Amino acid sequence: MTTTTVRGVAVGPHLRERRDAGRGLLVPYVTGGISADWTDHLRAYADAGADAIEIGLPFSDPMIDGPTVQEASERALHRGATVRGILADLREVSLPVPLIVMTYYHLVAREGHARFCAALAEAGVRGLIVPDLPLEELGELEQAAAAAEVDLVLVAAPSGSPSRLREVAARSRGFVYAMTAMVTTGERAELPASAGEFAARLKPHGDLPVLLGFGISTPEHAVAGARAADGVVVASALMRRLLDGATPEELGAQVRALRDALDATSG
Amino acid sequence: MGAITAAGLPALLPAAGLMHDPGAAGRFGEYGGRYVPEALIPACAEVEEAFREAWADAGFRRDLDRLLTVYAGRPTPVTPAWNLSTELGVSVLLKREDLAHTGSHKINNVLGQALLARRMGRTRLLAETGAGQHGVATATAAALLGLRATVFMGGKDMARQALNVHRMRLLGAEVVEVTSGSRTLKDATSEAMRHWVTCADEAYYCLGSVMGPHPYPWMVREFQRVIGDEARAQCAAELPAAIPDYVVACVGGGSNAAGTFAGFAGTPAKLIGVEAAGGAAISGGKVAVLHGHRSYAIQDEHGQILEAESVAAGLDYPGIGPEHAHLHDLGRARYVTVTDGEVIDAVRRLARSEGILPALESAHAVAWVLRAARDGELPPGATVLITLSGRGDKDTNTLMEIP
Ligand SMILES: Cc1ncc(COP(=O)(O)O)c(C=O)c1O
Repeated sequence: MTTTTVRGVAVGPHLRERRDAGRGLLVPYVTGGISADWTDHLRAYADAGADAIEIGLPFSDPMIDGPTVQEASERALHRGATVRGILADLREVSLPVPLIVMTYYHLVAREGHARFCAALAEAGVRGLIVPDLPLEELGELEQAAAAAEVDLVLVAAPSGSPSRLREVAARSRGFVYAMTAMVTTGERAELPASAGEFAARLKPHGDLPVLLGFGISTPEHAVAGARAADGVVVASALMRRLLDGATPEELGAQVRALRDALDATSG
Repeated sequence: MGAITAAGLPALLPAAGLMHDPGAAGRFGEYGGRYVPEALIPACAEVEEAFREAWADAGFRRDLDRLLTVYAGRPTPVTPAWNLSTELGVSVLLKREDLAHTGSHKINNVLGQALLARRMGRTRLLAETGAGQHGVATATAAALLGLRATVFMGGKDMARQALNVHRMRLLGAEVVEVTSGSRTLKDATSEAMRHWVTCADEAYYCLGSVMGPHPYPWMVREFQRVIGDEARAQCAAELPAAIPDYVVACVGGGSNAAGTFAGFAGTPAKLIGVEAAGGAAISGGKVAVLHGHRSYAIQDEHGQILEAESVAAGLDYPGIGPEHAHLHDLGRARYVTVTDGEVIDAVRRLARSEGILPALESAHAVAWVLRAARDGELPPGATVLITLSGRGDKDTNTLMEIP
């Protein structure tokens, strides 16, 4: 069906291979289009040991995001960031790790599921997270993503029933995104112990890597998260520094610190 | 005019498929649904299950009816607008939701949801509010039923509806200022939903209009249909033809309109929803998924949701409830817009002609009738029911600033 080119590194095999090698997986986040040189952050993240990179396509009404990602989205939109512009920027870069886009369903649906997924694949993006699209509404996008060779990553929430979590794990592709707690995105002082228990409940459901995200803020959180799950996603802790003026090099160093902490305890 | 039977009475159109139970998926045609994070799905499912059970329970209905009667002051009257009717040459009837306790139709929905919350064992109500009327109604029901209330309100709205902020606090509610984005109803709704994620096990989200994820658009319409059911019977007593030619209501999210339309969807009455020109989801928007459902919303060419701009805080919203999108597509209801200027004129006109000061929101419906009578769109002698969704006391500050 797809006549478009598929670029980029596939998410699932890459993460699984690294997980199987005993590595704690690290997926840092950046809001697409937040600055003129925003793709430099991708390079810095990859050089600092990211295993994949999550890129936010900013939406005006990010309903699961806390203040930091809201502010980052607002700043990017103010600069004139658009889905097309961000994907055009991505076509200019080539990275050795998988790219995963996170955005809200309205921006996907208005473009058309198949067209949206094909545009991702052409830009080298091989994963997609749509946090406001629950299982019941998933069908069409699930098929379009599969046809475009884009992994549709599902979010598992601690409020889910056992049967729901089983279905999320079964239908997710690439990895399973496990929420650390019933919270919105944002930095937090503590990683609750329940996060690890939740990851442990999810892991037996399949062979996909399970990554904990939402509130992972420090190397200690990353280590604890990667011990219970297979790795972590880090967003607000990086975006806060970016909003406060950190350069790609400085954010790269922050990712490097997370990487080093993970490496010191894994294997 | 609709079909006339041999006996000369308007025939009832088949109501099948119109303003019905939207089923497990919560669909009104292609609209509605439940577009929320996985985290909120169990909460939505629980509310749906509890509502289905309660709505089928005669005991729950009895408790709600009693509160609506002895506490909220229902039924609200239908008042002929005698002077305005003479001036306009059409018969205008006003469904007086402004006379309900707390000053607007919002109390109908809130009493239903607050009883449901208590039945579900919840101890706190969460709400978003624009004009503050839904917030006041929520604070009121919480006080009555021994629940706590947390109300999210945009900073801009807190300033222009300061009276309602004070009322909420007097009633014991916590009012949380929302400082992001438009600082109006759109961002207050987003923030209330975010907060809901963090406390869904303890708090009940008491949504204020026919929007949000399933079952809210349906449930809120059912709690508001008392407006239309009463008005239908009152029109039958008041009008020779029993049913008005036009039924007109303002539309923010669309709850007073949905409740009103529900009483007339199966009749030949023409249904008119009046949006603010600066927040015209149907006239100026496109299909969008926002705040948990698929419907229409105003947006830019890249799909980013635009901020609405209306003198009426309760209509200052870029979207519209999904059932209205469906009624629009079917052609069963028509959605029109009026400008802030027309609305201010309508407030003054109704105040002077009838001694009734309507809310700025409600004045949108009046403004369309004034224009349609002037334009000849309303034929002489036509009968028009306007739902006057609320009273204008809260807007006196805004009105004082307008020369
Ligand atoms: C008096 C009044 N009318 C109408 C509305 C708009 O809500 P809806 O469209 O849900 O009836 C509001 C909302 O705040 C209101 O206070």
